Amino acid sequence: MYGKGILKGLSVTLKRFSETYLDDIVWWLRGKKRYYTPEGVAHRSSKNTRGIFTVQYPEEQLITPEEFRYVPFLVYDEGADGKREHRCTSCGICAKVCPPQCIWIVRTNDPNTGKPVPEPKEFYIDMDICMNCGFCAEYCPFDAIIMDHNFDIASYDRNVYNLEKLSKPASYYRQIRPLNYQKNEDERKAKEAAKAAKADASASAAAPAT
Amino acid sequence: MTAPASTQILDLAARFPDVVSTDARPGFSGFIVKKENLVEVATALRDEFGYDLLSTVTGVDYPAENKMEVVYHAFRTIGGPGIVFKTQADRVEPIEVPSLINVWHGADFQERETWDLMGIKFTGHPDLRRILMWEGFEGHPLRKDWKEAFFEEETKPFKSRWPEGNHLYAEFRNPYRDNLNFPSGFDPEQYQPQTEDQLYFSLERSSIKPKDADLKTDSIVVNMGPHHPSTHGVLRVAVELDGETVTSLKPVMGYLHRNHDKIGERNTYLQIMPYTDRLDYFNSMANNFGYAITVEKLMKIPVAERAEYIRVIMAELTRVQNHLIFIGMLLNDLGTLYTPALYAFEERELILDIFEAVAGARMMCNYFRFGGVVRDIPDDVMQKIKDLVHDRLPAKTDEMERFLNENEVLMARLKGMHVLNAEEAVRNSVTGPCLRAAGVPYDLRRADPYSVYDRFDFDVAVRYNGDMYDNYLIRFDEIRQSLRILEQAIKQIPQGPINSQKPQYQVRVPAGEAYGRVESPKGELGYYVVSNGKPNPYRYHVRAPSFINLTALETMCKGNKIADFVALLAMLDIVMGEVDR
Amino acid sequence: MEENKYEGLNLPNYNIPEDIQNVVSVTTLDRLYNWGRRWSVWPLMFGLACCAIEMIAAQAARYDMARFGMEVMRPTPRQADMMLVSGTVTKKMLPALIRLYNQMPEPKYVVAMGACASSGGPFKEGYNVVAGIDKFLPVDVYIPGCPPTPQALIAGLIKLQEKIDKQSIRKVRWYQKGKADPNYVPMPILGPDLIDVRRNAEYKEAAARKEGAA
Repeated sequence: MYGKGILKGLSVTLKRFSETYLDDIVWWLRGKKRYYTPEGVAHRSSKNTRGIFTVQYPEEQLITPEEFRYVPFLVYDEGADGKREHRCTSCGICAKVCPPQCIWIVRTNDPNTGKPVPEPKEFYIDMDICMNCGFCAEYCPFDAIIMDHNFDIASYDRNVYNLEKLSKPASYYRQIRPLNYQKNEDERKAKEAAKAAKADASASAAAPAT
Repeated sequence: MTAPASTQILDLAARFPDVVSTDARPGFSGFIVKKENLVEVATALRDEFGYDLLSTVTGVDYPAENKMEVVYHAFRTIGGPGIVFKTQADRVEPIEVPSLINVWHGADFQERETWDLMGIKFTGHPDLRRILMWEGFEGHPLRKDWKEAFFEEETKPFKSRWPEGNHLYAEFRNPYRDNLNFPSGFDPEQYQPQTEDQLYFSLERSSIKPKDADLKTDSIVVNMGPHHPSTHGVLRVAVELDGETVTSLKPVMGYLHRNHDKIGERNTYLQIMPYTDRLDYFNSMANNFGYAITVEKLMKIPVAERAEYIRVIMAELTRVQNHLIFIGMLLNDLGTLYTPALYAFEERELILDIFEAVAGARMMCNYFRFGGVVRDIPDDVMQKIKDLVHDRLPAKTDEMERFLNENEVLMARLKGMHVLNAEEAVRNSVTGPCLRAAGVPYDLRRADPYSVYDRFDFDVAVRYNGDMYDNYLIRFDEIRQSLRILEQAIKQIPQGPINSQKPQYQVRVPAGEAYGRVESPKGELGYYVVSNGKPNPYRYHVRAPSFINLTALETMCKGNKIADFVALLAMLDIVMGEVDR
Repeated sequence: MEENKYEGLNLPNYNIPEDIQNVVSVTTLDRLYNWGRRWSVWPLMFGLACCAIEMIAAQAARYDMARFGMEVMRPTPRQADMMLVSGTVTKKMLPALIRLYNQMPEPKYVVAMGACASSGGPFKEGYNVVAGIDKFLPVDVYIPGCPPTPQALIAGLIKLQEKIDKQSIRKVRWYQKGKADPNYVPMPILGPDLIDVRRNAEYKEAAARKEGAA
C-alpha cells in the first residue's frame, strides 16, 4: 500500500512525542521532579532518556564531567596572611607547548642579584587565540595551570587575561576537579616524602664519615 | 590475486631502468621518476601493476638543494600497501612537471592545489587555476621562502613568549598593522582586481541545442554559495545550467582555507595534534588517529595495547555519530527540515558526552598522543559506552530505519538516482562510503589494516547499485558494523598502561618520510609528513577525503537537475574544514 | 520584585496598586522596544567553520535556542537581526560576509562566536585568515572558546540580550541622523592581499616605506 512507509515513519514521531508526557506521568507517579532538578538532568543525559531532551540552560545545567576543559587559569595557594602564593614558577613550559602561542610570561628577576625568581611577574593569556587544547595544564610540572569549567565568560570586548584575572584559589581547583586535585596532592606528598627520606639517608650516610 | 606488492615494487626500477631510480635518502622510500617519463611510468603503474587509485599528489620544496619534488601515493583497490613515487624539478621558474590528470583523474584538484600553494606548474592540466587562494594573490605560500604577514619565527616556540613575554598583538609587529602583506610600492588605488572570467571560461559551454528549435535558449551560470544553506558550509559551486539541467559545474573552494599545512610546518609535532581536530570537525578522533599513526610510523614506536583498543572505540563512536548526522543532514537537504536531524543530534549528544568525559571537550578532543592516548577511560564512562553500544545505539538505529527507510517520498527521490559507478569513483580517487556504495569493497580497515582492526570480526559494508538510496543505506550498514567492532573492542580491551612513552612535549622524530592513512568516516584520511630530524616537521600535508571526493562532483551532477545537485553534494558528506584545510 | 514578574516589561520601582497589577503595566518606550527585540533576535543562517556545528547543536533539541526566541534561522540576510560569525573568517570569505552584513536591515547585531571570529584564534598567523571580524564589523559580544560549547554560546547570547536591554532608541547607532548610512561597510577587495578600501592611504604609505627600506 502506498503511504505505508510514511505512516510507519509518522508512528515513530508520534511515539517520541507521546514519550515526553508518558515520562512526565511516570515521574509524577514516583513523586519525583523531572525538571529543574539534578536528578532530572542526569536522567536526560543517560541511556534511558526519552521524550523531551532539552536541558534548559541557564535554569538547568548539564553535568560537567571532571575532565571538561574550557580556558586555563592559574592556581594559587592561600598563604598564612592571605597572601597569594602562585604555584607557577614561570618555567615557561606552558608557553613553549602552547600550539597557537597565546601564553605570554614575564619572569620575575630578583632586583638585587638579577637572578630569576620562581614566580611570574606577568602572565597573559590571549583568550581570543586560546584553542582550549589543554596542553598547558597537561604538561605543567607544578599543577599550576588548570583548565577551567566556567564557560560563561562572554564579554563585550576582546579578552586578554592578565595575572590578576587568571588567578583562582586552590580551593576552586579542588571544587571543580576533586579527583585530579587529590591525585596531585598525593603525588606531591609522595615526592616530599621521598625527598625527606633521601635527605635522611644522605644525612645518615654522611654522619659516619664525620 | 596478483603477487605480493613487495616483489612488484622491485619490478619498477627494473621495468624502467634508466628512468626510475630508488629513493635512497635515509628514511625515505619509493622511487624517483624522471619527469620526462612520468606519464609513461604512471600509465604502466595503473595498467600493468594495478595501482588504480591515486591517493595523494603533493609537493615538497627543497630550496637548499634547489629542487621541487612532487610526491605521489598510489594504491590498489584490491588492497595492500601502496607505492610512492616522486619526480623532481629544478627550482627555476617556471617549475614544470607533467600532469597525470589523464592517467588518474583524481589528480585534478590536487595538482591545482600544488600549483596554488607550491607554484609547481603541471603541464597538460586543462584547468590549472588557483584553487584555495584567489587569483591575483601574491606568491605561493607553501614555499619555504614565502613568509606570511604575521610571520614571527621559523619554528615554534617563539622566543618572545618567555621569559620576557609582555603581551603584544601580532598586528603591532606588522607595517600594515594587520594580517596583510603587500608588494613594496603597492598602490591600492591603482589596483585592478582580477575578474573571475577564468572560472567561467572553464565551464563547458553547453551545445545541446536542438537544430530546429523554435525557442532560442541560452545556458545560464548560477553561483551557489559560499553563503548557501545546503552547501555544508562555505563551498561555492559555479553551475552551468541548460534550463534545469546541469551541463557543467566547478566547485570553488578556499573560503575556509585556514593554512593548516603552513601552520603545521611551524608547529612542533605535538602541537599539530589539536590542529588536526579542526580539519574534519565532526570527527576529531579520526583525525587524531591518522596523525598519531603517521608520526608513530616515523618515530618507530609501538602503541600501548590498551590504548589501541581505546583508539578503536573512540574512532568507531565517531563514525557512528558522523553517519547519524549525515543521515540527518541529508534529509535536511532533501527538505525534511529538522526532524531526522534533531533525532540524530540527540544520539550525537550522548556520544559527545562520552568524549567530553574522556577527552575533555565535545568536539575538539585532542585525545591521542604518540604511543597511546592522553588518559584512561574512567569506569563510569566505560559503563556509559557499554550502555550506548549494547542498548541505546542499536535500538535508535533501528528506530531511524523504521522512521525513514520505507518512506515512499524518500524512496521516490533517492532510488535509481545515479551517483557514481565503480569505474567513475576509482578514476576520481573517491574513497569512503561513496566508493563502497558503488560496489568497490575498499575499506582501509580491511584493505590495509592499521592499529588493531585485524583482530575484529566485521564486514566491509558494500552495496552495488551506486544510486542515492544505496549511498544512503550504506551509512546504516556502516553504523551496524561499527557497533559490531565496538562490541568486540569493549569485550577484548585489556588492562594496562595507556601510553608506551613517557609524557613529553618535545618528541624526537628521526629524519625520513611517512604516509599514514586511516579510514575516516568520510574516506581515506592520509597524512604525509617529512621530517628532517628537527622538532617540527619539514613538510606536513593532509590528504583530505572530502576535498578529493569533490573531484567527482562534476561527473555526478552532469545531466541531472539542479534540484538534485544539493542531494548529490550531500552524498559526498563533505566538511569544509577538511576540504579547504 | 513583584513588578518585574511580568516578563520584565514593567518599569521597576513604579508602584502599581495591587488590584490592577494583572492588567496594567507601566513601562517606557525603550523598555518595550528592547523587550520586543531581545526575545526575537533572528540569527542569520550562516555557518563558517567548526563553531557552526556547535551553533547547530545549540539549535537542536538539547539546548534549544528557541527558548530565547532565536530559533528562526534565516538564510537570507534581509530577514535576519543577528549575524553569528561562527568560525574562522578567511580573507577569501570576507567580501561575501561584508555583503551579507550590509544587506541586513537594522537593528542588527554581530556576535563573534569563538576564538577565530574574535581575533583569528589559533589560525591567526595564517596567511588567509582575518585577524578578528571586529576590524570590519561592529561586534557586540565576543564569546571565547574553541569552539564555545552550546551552553557557552547561549550564555553569550544572554549577554547580548542584556546589552539589548540597556539600549536606548535615541542613542542606538542605526537611528542616528546625519550620516547617510552609518552601518555600511565598504566592500574589501581581493588583491595581492586583502585590501580594506578605508585604509588605502595607510597601505600606500606603508608600502612606500617598505620600498624605501628595500
